Amino acid sequence: MALGSNNEVNMKKTVFLGSIAVAGMTAGMGMADTLADVKARGELNCGVNTGLVGFAAPDANGNWAGFDIDLCKAVAAAVLGDPSKVKYVPTTGQTRFTALSSGEVDMLARNSTWTFSRDTDLKLDFAGVNYYDGQGFMVPKDLGVTSVKELDGATICIQTGTTTELNLADYFKANDLSYQPVNIDSNAEGEQQYMAGACDAYTTDISGLAATRAAFADPENHVILPEVVSKEPLGPAVRHGDNNWGDIVRWTLNALIAAEEYGVTSKNIEELVKSSDNPEVQRLLGVSGELGAMIGLDNEWAKRAIQASGNYGEIFAANIGEQTPIGLTRGLNAQWTQGGLLYAQPFR
Amino acid sequence: MSKTSTRDAAFFRETMLPPEPPPIREAGAVKWLRENLFSGPVNTLLTVLGLAIIWFLVSHFWDWFAHSVWNADSLAQCREIIAATWGEGARGACFAVIRERWHQYMFGFYPPSLYWRPLLAFGLLMVALAPILFSETQQIRRIVLVATTVATLLFMQVLGVPTAAFLLSAIVMIGATILAERHAGWLLIFSALYPLIGVFLLWGGTLWAPLMVLAGIGLGWLGWRLVGIVSPMLAVVAGILVTLIWWIGFTGEAAGDLQNLLPLGITSVQSEKFGGFLLAITIGVAGIALSLPIGIILALARRSDMFLVTSLAVIFIEFIRGVPLISLLFVASLLLNYFLPPGTDFDIILRVIIMVTVFAAAYMAEVIRGGLAALPKGQYEAADSLGLDYWKAQRLIILPQALKISIPGIVSTFIGMFKDTTLVTFVGLFDPLKGISDFVRANFAWKGIYWEPFIFTGAIFFIICFSMSRYSMYLERRLQRDNR
Repeated sequence: MALGSNNEVNMKKTVFLGSIAVAGMTAGMGMADTLADVKARGELNCGVNTGLVGFAAPDANGNWAGFDIDLCKAVAAAVLGDPSKVKYVPTTGQTRFTALSSGEVDMLARNSTWTFSRDTDLKLDFAGVNYYDGQGFMVPKDLGVTSVKELDGATICIQTGTTTELNLADYFKANDLSYQPVNIDSNAEGEQQYMAGACDAYTTDISGLAATRAAFADPENHVILPEVVSKEPLGPAVRHGDNNWGDIVRWTLNALIAAEEYGVTSKNIEELVKSSDNPEVQRLLGVSGELGAMIGLDNEWAKRAIQASGNYGEIFAANIGEQTPIGLTRGLNAQWTQGGLLYAQPFR
Repeated sequence: MSKTSTRDAAFFRETMLPPEPPPIREAGAVKWLRENLFSGPVNTLLTVLGLAIIWFLVSHFWDWFAHSVWNADSLAQCREIIAATWGEGARGACFAVIRERWHQYMFGFYPPSLYWRPLLAFGLLMVALAPILFSETQQIRRIVLVATTVATLLFMQVLGVPTAAFLLSAIVMIGATILAERHAGWLLIFSALYPLIGVFLLWGGTLWAPLMVLAGIGLGWLGWRLVGIVSPMLAVVAGILVTLIWWIGFTGEAAGDLQNLLPLGITSVQSEKFGGFLLAITIGVAGIALSLPIGIILALARRSDMFLVTSLAVIFIEFIRGVPLISLLFVASLLLNYFLPPGTDFDIILRVIIMVTVFAAAYMAEVIRGGLAALPKGQYEAADSLGLDYWKAQRLIILPQALKISIPGIVSTFIGMFKDTTLVTFVGLFDPLKGISDFVRANFAWKGIYWEPFIFTGAIFFIICFSMSRYSMYLERRLQRDNR
């Protein structure tokens, strides 16, 4: 489902909204001081998904939880000193980027793919990548298919108006295969169609496929094919033009990633503040150096961010990791030292 | 021949025979069946076809309904219970999701401790509507008011609202019912005040805000009276201007100052907490209440003789009718932010209500114009010949008849508009059909649930829309003035 909601941008709409975004940016420029606005408001407006398993969802009491939500909390903790001072603004695939450029939200933590046109034409700044995803395929085991290449002539359930649709077309064209699309509107509908046998295969982000499969009554009868046909680096985004605010979001994310690399967890952080003799950890936690002042915050900003929901590894494990029903492995999202792609720039 | 008399007849019956029961084919259920279901070959065929379809549906879905599970914590648990009770491979509905999340389908993220406020607002809405909609006889109004009071208090008990709030609501509801019995006329004043009361109950905040809005009306009245000494025409303009200037320029500040001086108010609830049917009904009721008067004015304007008025009305109506509602909603949620000065906090629900109202008003105008056109020309001429001016003629002669003709169309527009409120999901508001269901499914426990929320919300939508439809039929019967 990550994909589903991830990429659901109709191309025409992108151009339309993009031009509005440009108009909005020129109007709003020169007065962009998001940090001051957030501090004055005492609340961080965080644009999130309207509901995506593991990434953002309110529970029965209306409390938001999820992988993206924890990033909002970390930024709020760093800036305002309190992870609960977040107003979650649910945004749809159509409204998310305009909500950001019009100033309705201060940052987007809404599993959005970092692409060229979004970074440039839509005037967004991606502050980093918090989840490396990719498009995959799920088929029933009975089909006896072990590779996407064997799906020639298959019917495939695909969300309309998304980049998944374009990726699918690109991949099948490049491999000289044919397919019959079955257009669906939402992930829930896709699951329904797939279960009813309306399509041979269902394609969306691998994380979404994993969650969907885990929720089936018979997960063992469905396989996710090994091919990953697209790159979907999902990350938080901020408005173009307010670099200081962008730095804060980028380095909050980096702090969470670096904390995992250096073994700083929400459990041992107080202890490490006193006892750690690793200079990088000392700078990260504000024991030495003046890193906080350089981004307009106090020196304990990163410590609070890590305390909010833990380091990157803890957030991953709590929301989407192997201990959760969704059961995603770290894969590309492991630290660079573990063969993954997570690589926080040095805190110096 | 003329001699023939009773005495010559071979047989003469002197007592009446007891009436024979009608032949079996002409009585009871058989007759009903023959007349309604099997009256000819075509009808017989259609009946058989209908029965076949019903059988098909029931035989396919009966087991799913019969195996409903209401007590479970997740879809997986539902499946376990179904498998344990009806054997492996059995299927069943998992309505447990409704049991766990129904309050979110009803109220969205509205704080649970404050549920009594929307409930009271809804109960008072019925009280406010009673003198307008349910006053054919005192008995009907009594039944409606007592039923509303009982239902409101019952719901509060079910939801477990705080005792103080419950007592307050009980006093208010019962007081309104008694007021309606004693001084029915006062109820109309309550109806006029209801918009302020409803908004205050739903959103909360300072009590000074609605009071200041009222003060605006008071000031307008004062202006009207003072200028009225000079010129009655100018007085109307002055009154409206004073009220508008007060509302736009001073209400917010005055309410804020007074709140600082003497804090009075209840917990404020932000618009993003609204969701589910609370949101749908809030938008629906506001849209209905506003679109009817605007629609009437637009319809009259379109039939006006004045060129400017007619053209403006035509342009407005045709433009709005030519644009899909979704694009208006996108304008409300996205585009407006760019035009307003940065930092303006223009409430999203208010924006949506404005767009929905504008949309419904355009359709309403055409429906009412149809009623106006259907009225015989003689009625207009009769009004003129009585020497009535334009507004009096409209108010006393034309509109009552035109509106009566338009009732089915008006109510259709209302029903359509109420169902269209689900489209707000596209601007990130939590409508009951998709918005709430999406995030409920985003919780892993309920991922994979599909039909149950649709059935639940569909049933509630049906109840509300069907009631509106039945009411419109009742109203048509009540207003029937033709010679039958």
